Amino acid sequence: MSDAFDITETLDVKGESCPMPVVKTKKAIDDVANGGVLEVLSTDSGSMSDIDGWAQGTDGVELLKQVEDGDVYKHYVEKTN
Amino acid sequence: MTETELQARIEELESTVADLETDDDDGKKMTIVATQGSFDMAYPPLILASTAAAFGWDVVVFHTFWGLDILHEEKSEKLQLSAVGNPNMPMPNALAALPGMDRMATRMMEKRIDDNGTATIGELIELSLDQGVELQACQMTIELMEYDEEDFYDDVTVGVGAATALQHMAESDIQLLV
Repeated sequence: MSDAFDITETLDVKGESCPMPVVKTKKAIDDVANGGVLEVLSTDSGSMSDIDGWAQGTDGVELLKQVEDGDVYKHYVEKTN
Repeated sequence: MTETELQARIEELESTVADLETDDDDGKKMTIVATQGSFDMAYPPLILASTAAAFGWDVVVFHTFWGLDILHEEKSEKLQLSAVGNPNMPMPNALAALPGMDRMATRMMEKRIDDNGTATIGELIELSLDQGVELQACQMTIELMEYDEEDFYDDVTVGVGAATALQHMAESDIQLLV
């Protein structure tokens, strides 16, 4: 996991529950250019496991980092191709 | 075989291999058969289908019998939770059987869903279709229930039967009956 990256876009799905964080992350990453990093802000505790699982099962994306910041779960997804 | 024939044969095989490589693109396929039309049973197929689409999978949901009501524009907004025979309901069956109890149980669940930030059934249908999930309405059930093809959400596939569903199931990595 790398710590040095610039955030290209931010997706706020706070207050939304499964399956929205994953589905909206997928939609948002489609619009990010290669090498760009999408920040996803969620209040769904299941999103920690779900976005990790989605990123592992999906080509062209890499999960760089996940952080729990108070009530907010932050995910950083890079578009790799 | 002459050299020209051999050359032609090689080109033919190369093209076949290229097609096979394109087909085998590691994309997973999933088929869900949705048979239930109660409020609570409408959620699992739609949540799984929309999530699978986010993985880039090829997803078909074949709706049959009561599952057809999920795709019915008018009925999908009136799906009910059954209070009777549901051991998770905080009331005895004798009470649950009273008139209006299903409606009340459904209202309670709808409020919880809203409070929890969970999507509505209509939103999940739109989301699934938008992502390329194929929602199929069983033709035999449409006729059995005397529904009209126009009763369904736009982009729902009609005019399909068990053979179409089986064909996709045979090619699927995951098959679920809900």
